[in-house]
Amino acid sequence: MAENKLKDEVKQILKKYQNDKSALIDILHDTQSAVGYLPREALEAITKGLDIPLSRVYSVTTFFKAFHLTPRGRNLISVCMGTACHVRGADKVLAQIEQELGIKDGENTTDLKFTLETVNCVGACALGPMVIIGEDYHGEMTPEKVGDVLKNYS
Amino acid sequence: MAKLKSPGELETLRSSIIQKRDPNKPCITICNGTGCQSYGGKALTASFKNEIKKQNLESKVDIRVTGCHGFCERGPLVIIKPAEILYQRVRIKDVPEIVLETAVNNKVIERMLYTDKASNQKITSEKDVPFYKLQKRLIFGNNGLIDPTSIEDYLAVGGYTALAKAIKMTPENVIEEVKKSGLRGRGGAGFPTGSKWESTRNAEGDVKYVICNADEGDPGAFMDRSLAEGNPHSVLEGMVIGAYAIGSHEGFIYIRNEYPLAVRNMTTAIEQAEANGLLGDNILGSGFSFKIKIKRGGGAFVCGESTALMASLEGKVGEPRAKYIHTSEQGLWGKPSNLNNVETWANIPLIISKGADWYSQIGTAGSKGTKIFALTGNITNSGLVEVPMGITLREIIFDIGGGIPKGRKFKAVQTGGPSGGMLPENMLDLSVDFDELTKAGSMMGSGGMIVMDEKTCMVDMARYYTTFLEGESCGKCVPCREGLRQMKYILDGITQGRGKEGDIELLEELCATLLDASLCQLGQSAPNPVLSSIKYFRDEYEAHIKEKKCPSGVCKIG
Repeated sequence: MAENKLKDEVKQILKKYQNDKSALIDILHDTQSAVGYLPREALEAITKGLDIPLSRVYSVTTFFKAFHLTPRGRNLISVCMGTACHVRGADKVLAQIEQELGIKDGENTTDLKFTLETVNCVGACALGPMVIIGEDYHGEMTPEKVGDVLKNYS
Repeated sequence: MAKLKSPGELETLRSSIIQKRDPNKPCITICNGTGCQSYGGKALTASFKNEIKKQNLESKVDIRVTGCHGFCERGPLVIIKPAEILYQRVRIKDVPEIVLETAVNNKVIERMLYTDKASNQKITSEKDVPFYKLQKRLIFGNNGLIDPTSIEDYLAVGGYTALAKAIKMTPENVIEEVKKSGLRGRGGAGFPTGSKWESTRNAEGDVKYVICNADEGDPGAFMDRSLAEGNPHSVLEGMVIGAYAIGSHEGFIYIRNEYPLAVRNMTTAIEQAEANGLLGDNILGSGFSFKIKIKRGGGAFVCGESTALMASLEGKVGEPRAKYIHTSEQGLWGKPSNLNNVETWANIPLIISKGADWYSQIGTAGSKGTKIFALTGNITNSGLVEVPMGITLREIIFDIGGGIPKGRKFKAVQTGGPSGGMLPENMLDLSVDFDELTKAGSMMGSGGMIVMDEKTCMVDMARYYTTFLEGESCGKCVPCREGLRQMKYILDGITQGRGKEGDIELLEELCATLLDASLCQLGQSAPNPVLSSIKYFRDEYEAHIKEKKCPSGVCKIG
């Protein structure tokens, strides 16, 4: 995203929250949805708009799991590592995905096709182990199913 | 819609809604909670709508899209009213047949009925399924009756009656009623709700806040989401009553961003309640005003802790603070603040409309009412169950949950989320009660209940929970930050075959330090999984350490 466009985008979001400092987390969520991640320029624009130090914006951004400072892949793979999925073998599913894509939890594939991350519970425990790709829920996953499921994404 | 200006106008509106409805008109109810959506519930709903259009039945058959019914194991769930026929694992190809045969001709299609495994019989009606039959669904039951995006549906089942009643009472009387009900906080700590309200009401200051904690961060727990998604008005109604009693005019719902449907339904509910004069300025013409804002969380387990949540609401890092000054005196922005969890708020309308005397008959001496549990893990019927306090763990797991699948044996049940304890088979007759669970080395927590079979390694589970908690420790206080790191290091060692003599004692020592010296409940309850597994499954630790063997065959040793 061009820097000017990015600044406009952030400005709109700040306006929506009336430049309210306490809305920082909501503002970061909205910015990330619009841009895809939180580049330094966006954080600086938020800093200016809310009149708070960059260090505070940065500390909130890095504290919460939801925020990312680097670009993300086109398809986000969230492997649920919640307890119910864990007791049904989620770690084996994760290991298989890591092996097929050659990346670890938290990394992107070099072509930015996938980002792999683990989440703690998506609340679909009856279907565990659960893998969510984009908005698709893949329940009752096994290491054997991984290859076929990943094939469907581009 | 015009704003309602009095409780009388509310009743007139309610009667007109009910009168317009024909209780005998066929209605296809489709569960669209997150669980059923994961099974393709959305596409199924669209298919039902198309089919009804195609068969020109729009005036003859209603469709209702509801929140979670709780029986996630057998989703997507479809119920056809008025006969209350329950179909489970419904597929798109079944849709035309259901519409024609069941909705129109009132015929039951056998193959989609639930089969009770014990008696091998097909069961037609939801209420006869053992999973539901043994529950007491006071808070959660309406989920199956209402479309969460329709305030009319909520009003039709008696919604906002309690609010109308409360504003005719004095705030003190409302607090007295809640105190008398014996309701204790459903978020984890089990603090008496009425007393909390009273302290906030009595705290000095004109500005007070009421907060709803919907940041359900426990892995394996989803009852708050199901309420926020499936019956958002019940939470709002509870909050308005609480705000009236406390004397607060501004409230917040802090909700997990990972629950998009809950955020959406809650936002819609707030708009509807405001449009109807049930929220906002001059509620039901009483002169009392209260506004609610939604704030999204950032995904931090520690934000379930009240002071961390409030810091996060202020737009800061979600770190807790010491609580020698209670949040009821100085909470959000230094003002008196009352925080309750989603399920606690949803209990309030029931207490006010039916009365404390009625409510306090349910449950045990120290724990009143019902509790919703997310029953998951190695269990035949995963899902949400609402049971009266005092029921035994055995009844929940075996009678409602249907026991352990694959013919395996039960090994342990963990209650209370990641920092709860793991209880063995000989504790199964323990009753579900705040104090009993704590005495046994576990806790009620927010209501996760994870069942583990004989193939589960208890040391691995302790390692799993400790790893989770270590990752979620905010890092502010040393015992939690460093203690959990060392505990994780030792547990990693034991599960990888590097365990040595003295490890168990060292773990116990670290746990004692965490219990004594951590700043907040995260650190203070983090030792539970380790201590309870050492207490009840010490032989498994010893097998890993001395014989370098994992008796359950989970850990890769050597």
